[in-house]
Amino acid sequence: MKAWHYAIPLLLFVALAVLLYSGLGKDTRFVPSPLVGKPAPAFDLPDLLDPSQRVTAESLRGQTYLLNVWGSWCVACAQEHPVLMRLAASGRLPIIGLNWKDEPEAAVAMLRRGGDPYTAIAVDASGRTAIDFGVIAAPESFLIDGKGQIIYKHTGPIDWASVESQLFTRLEGRQP
Amino acid sequence: MIRHPLARLLLLLMLGFAACSALAIDPLPFADAKEEQRFQHLVRELRCLVCQNQNLADSDAFLAKDLRAEVFELMRSGKTDAEIKSFLTDRYGDFVLYKPPVKPGTWVLWFGPLLILAIGILIARRQLRRSDPATTESGRDEDGEFS
Repeated sequence: MKAWHYAIPLLLFVALAVLLYSGLGKDTRFVPSPLVGKPAPAFDLPDLLDPSQRVTAESLRGQTYLLNVWGSWCVACAQEHPVLMRLAASGRLPIIGLNWKDEPEAAVAMLRRGGDPYTAIAVDASGRTAIDFGVIAAPESFLIDGKGQIIYKHTGPIDWASVESQLFTRLEGRQP
Repeated sequence: MIRHPLARLLLLLMLGFAACSALAIDPLPFADAKEEQRFQHLVRELRCLVCQNQNLADSDAFLAKDLRAEVFELMRSGKTDAEIKSFLTDRYGDFVLYKPPVKPGTWVLWFGPLLILAIGILIARRQLRRSDPATTESGRDEDGEFS
């Protein structure tokens, strides 16, 4: 047996340790979406604030926007809300809400309390559209370009650092 | 009447567990036992993405409930099991399946353990052959039998 053969178990141990260590602290809730890079699913839903209006994927074509899945029942959405308010105030990216399985009154009350960052809010009472978007848990946000393609998905509450590093960098060279 | 406080606690726990297993049953209008069986089999193979270590059949998360209803409706509209699974993987990715598909991206997952086993057997065989001079001297051949 050559001398270096004795190092093999040690090397195997180091390799295993590196593999296991790299998994530590990883967010196991993050599941990559197969929809990124694909056309956003079609939807045609009533508007929360004016149910006589429809919010459709078709009518949103031609602009890049952020589709934000939220509900007044969702604690993390309330945590995310001020960031969305700041994003709306920046005027750089319109936010379309997808109000997921919510009580309309409770949703409106939440916007009255914290402000309304949304250009329009589609009401997904059945949860069908959320399933089409592969939504797992609110909040989730989809960056959709003018051609209706999903170019980025953010899982969980978005913070301002991610707005700048993930959203604004992808907006460069596109029409707001 | 159960007097002992520990026995009472135990009974309470047992009743609690019984309630848990009954939670995730939706009143779905199955046409017959065969349809229900197919449904139960299918939702057991699908992961509830909210709770991750539960399948769709057991989970009480409202998304799991919605997905069970979706699976049921797809079954009713005549979709095959494969079509229903691809409906879900198109939206949620392969992670929704408890049994991941065999494709280049999952080869390591499927065949990695076999590869490691094969390497282990090879190493073990080499070691055993080499480090057994006593047996070869006493006239045994490689299979360990007397010649």
